[in-house]
Amino acid sequence: MILRALDRRSWIFLGLLFIVVVAVPVANLALEPGSAGHLPSFAVSLFGKYLCYALLAVALDLVWGYCGILSLGHGAFFALGGYAMGMHLMREIGPRGVYGDPVLPDFMVFLNWDALPWFWYGFDMFWFALAMTMIVPGLLAFVFGWLAFRSRVTGVYLSIITQALTYALMLAFFRNEMGFGGNNGLTDFKDVLGFDLQSDATRAGLFVLSGLALAAGFILCRVIVTSKAGKVLVAVRDAESRTRFLGYRVESYKLFVFTVSAMLAGLAGALYTPQVGIINPSEFSPANSIEIVIMVALGGRGTLVGAALGAIVVGAANTLLTGWFPDFWLFVLGGLFVAVTLFMPRGILGVLDRRGPMRGGAPVGLRRKEA
Amino acid sequence: MSPSFSGRATSALLYIDGVSKTFDGFRAINSLSFIVDPGELHAVIGPNGAGKTTMMDIITGKTRPDAGTVLWDGRVDLTHVDEAGSARLGIGRKFQKPTVFETHTVEDNLLLALNADRGVFATLMARLTSAQATRIDELLALVRLEDRRHDLAGGLSHGQKQWLEIGMLLAQDPKLLLVDEPAAGMTDEETMRTAQLLRAIAGDHAVVVVEHDMEFVKALDCRVTVLHQGTVLADGSLAHVSAVPEVIDVYLGR
Ligand SMILES: Nc1ncnc2c1ncn2[C@@H]1O[C@H](COP(=O)(O)OP(=O)(O)O)[C@@H](O)[C@H]1O
Ligand SMILES: [Mg+2]
Repeated sequence: MILRALDRRSWIFLGLLFIVVVAVPVANLALEPGSAGHLPSFAVSLFGKYLCYALLAVALDLVWGYCGILSLGHGAFFALGGYAMGMHLMREIGPRGVYGDPVLPDFMVFLNWDALPWFWYGFDMFWFALAMTMIVPGLLAFVFGWLAFRSRVTGVYLSIITQALTYALMLAFFRNEMGFGGNNGLTDFKDVLGFDLQSDATRAGLFVLSGLALAAGFILCRVIVTSKAGKVLVAVRDAESRTRFLGYRVESYKLFVFTVSAMLAGLAGALYTPQVGIINPSEFSPANSIEIVIMVALGGRGTLVGAALGAIVVGAANTLLTGWFPDFWLFVLGGLFVAVTLFMPRGILGVLDRRGPMRGGAPVGLRRKEA
Repeated sequence: MSPSFSGRATSALLYIDGVSKTFDGFRAINSLSFIVDPGELHAVIGPNGAGKTTMMDIITGKTRPDAGTVLWDGRVDLTHVDEAGSARLGIGRKFQKPTVFETHTVEDNLLLALNADRGVFATLMARLTSAQATRIDELLALVRLEDRRHDLAGGLSHGQKQWLEIGMLLAQDPKLLLVDEPAAGMTDEETMRTAQLLRAIAGDHAVVVVEHDMEFVKALDCRVTVLHQGTVLADGSLAHVSAVPEVIDVYLGR
């Protein structure tokens, strides 16, 4: 099932990813600082962050590229996953916080709370927190999608309400009373499963995990899009009403991919938080969600590989430009979007790919074997 | 309606009685009554705006009527069934404007239409069976698209798309096919071939064809219902309805 789902391009992508996942930690850990080819530790976490964006972009491509659901709120699922992991990291600090409270994170002590809110229960257990990084976004996507898809909200209206969703969550998470650290979010993490988050080995480990999560997420999406269900998704994208009249419950298919996609986004967020060392409400900002859309559009919508590529290009450009001209980034991003829409409607991969018009179906999936 | 008409409620495949539908105060369908028997070929004609497409919308659950009975197979109330539900009951529909999945291959278009479990998990796990593959081959031959099977449907000519869509309808293996203006945009030769095809299909399936083209309706050689302002004006053979003065006034005479 997995082998059938991977075409030549998938293998090239996974091969390159494998090389990166091996080479980056080696260049950081095995080579002496100062020697040629040594990679500084901050770069490892930076590249790890790009891999998280890549997973997020792949997740968005599953719903947008294949099913035509333009979510402008995927940053919310990512941030929720990031918060769920952040909550575990906060609890793992234990009595080592500034106020030394064995249970309450510093910000709660600061707010004069005397007990842990119920929704923080269980997050001291890693497995629970890890499950929550996917269950919470998945559940939100399921409920939201159930309401929206059943009422047949589509197109620009759906995009607007997804944007409203992430905006509302941002406002909520800004409030101290919500119990997620308000404005400052969650930070000052010490370690995860006993591994020091500042150590090079832990950073390299998180980087490798991000690469593995990206590979797993990518393969899962490939399995979905190359199945017959994947063909139904493309059918929904291209002619929703026709698909209904063939007897498919369009809303079930949308709900399925939207939920899977949100869970992958949550996983990406979970890996992002320990690598950047902080999660705060700005991760919910509508602009973040739009940035993901630009990543996918730039790389090539409906290709999965392109989404990952676009995320890495946009992530790297963001790092470089905000370093050089901090005020410039949003203009560059906007310009990029216009340019891609006008000149590269099929993205980088579309330019590379000369095989003609975009194919909706998978070439391998259900092709019958020649006798 | 007369007692003889309502007596047909359980024997007919599709039974429509006293159906009305108003859009913003405009009566698109006005106490319409209509019966389709199993395996029957039935043409519906009428001027633009007569309510032909709206009637199909009501049958397939796209539009809910304000009043009246729409009964399937003598037992299912179609006014409470959605589009996917009507398809699952065995009603296939071809649209006025041909709609195929343009970025799928011709073959995949048929594959998606083939009668099989439509659930998400069933399609995730689905494998093409040899029976399905054979059926796709047959259908490709029937709609004369064998040499285009691996091409994207978006690249087909207008007439070929119409045929592919008919092929998709057959792939569903429905009990009733609703075919909305299939000959629109077809050449004369394609039109005649389409008429032949629909006649060949009828018998195994009931077929309701909406059409403007009188040559085409003549070629179908079947029972004709004339619709006007959302209601039935005349019903019978083409020769019979052509002689009804009201029909001549509103439709044929123009
Ligand atoms: N969804 C709708 N909203 C408003 N008016 C409609 C709608 N559907 C159909 N109508 C109107 O109902 C009438 C019948 O339309 P239609 O069934 O498409 O006619 P036909 O197919 O016989 O040409 C037309 O006047 C059309 O404008
Ligand atoms: Mg019409």
